Amino acid sequence: MSGVTLAPTQAPVNGDGTGPPPRAPLDFEIVPREGLIVVAVAFLALIVAIAANKLWPLMFLHVAGGAAWTILDLFLGFVLGPILGRLSIPARIELVTKLMPKMLIILPTVVTISLAAGWQLGNKLGFVMSQSPNHGWVVASFIVVGIMAVVALGLLEPANIAVLVELKKPQPRPEVIERLMKRFIYSAGITGVMQIATLVIMTRLASG
Amino acid sequence: MSATTAHAPLDEPRLPPVTQIGMASLALIVAGGIYLSSHLPEHVPLAPAVILLVLSALLLGGNLTALSRVHGFAWGRFFQIARWAMLAYAITAGLIEFAFLEDHLSGGPLVVLTLSLVVYAVHVPMLIGFTVARYEVSGPAAP
Repeated sequence: MSGVTLAPTQAPVNGDGTGPPPRAPLDFEIVPREGLIVVAVAFLALIVAIAANKLWPLMFLHVAGGAAWTILDLFLGFVLGPILGRLSIPARIELVTKLMPKMLIILPTVVTISLAAGWQLGNKLGFVMSQSPNHGWVVASFIVVGIMAVVALGLLEPANIAVLVELKKPQPRPEVIERLMKRFIYSAGITGVMQIATLVIMTRLASG
Repeated sequence: MSATTAHAPLDEPRLPPVTQIGMASLALIVAGGIYLSSHLPEHVPLAPAVILLVLSALLLGGNLTALSRVHGFAWGRFFQIARWAMLAYAITAGLIEFAFLEDHLSGGPLVVLTLSLVVYAVHVPMLIGFTVARYEVSGPAAP
């Protein structure tokens, strides 16, 4: 059984529960509360944009939210994910406890903004109407987003939260963290691949 | 998802396939939503979307029933996580509902999409609570 050092100053913990006495939980917030203010402001902007139904605010929120979502998914799935898998456990834990709480509020926020503004924009421009020449591409985007939503909501988000809760415990189990991190990284890889399809569809739509 | 690790294999109690069933349920309401939204603004035959929604809700009910029968499940941790997740997902569902209402969606399609959002706002927090609570070694006893 390999011991895992949680942080340079902390004692190793064994996976079988026979390790040293419980340590103090790692000091981080699972949900960064200050970030919730930014989320509230972003959602307020979304509500105003939808209620006003003006082209520019909807376009801005859809493009900004969609770009952030796509870039984050591609970066996590193809750049950071593989790097994370090769880091030492202490480095991995340090990165995870700093990165994943932020991802926990950023990703659902940009996804909601991108989708809600995109739906309203598609209505305004007529793309979602079945007689639109671009309708096929719009339906294709629904399908791609649907697959990403199921993977993200069913696998990625629960794994993200479960890893953070496990790390907050006095004696986190390395095998649990490893399993959940693998799930997170594989899910991020799948959504990354789907994001490439999103890029193709969205640039096709924007090209008319 | 199984993990090949250098650590000891996880010693877990047998649990129902809550995540898999939850993902199937979400896939069904997503399919129903795509079906409805791809036919706008024409008259949409509601039957396929209603069937998908009912199947999704049945899977949700089955998932909750199966989980409630697990002896010694960490319900304290489950509800601690699921209630906050439900608040968050109720907000996102409300925003999506707001967009539907602003687009003057009404009648059968609005009812089906609203109920789909209800399934989404219940099932996703349940999946999050389950994923966290299943790794709770000595959680509070099941009610």
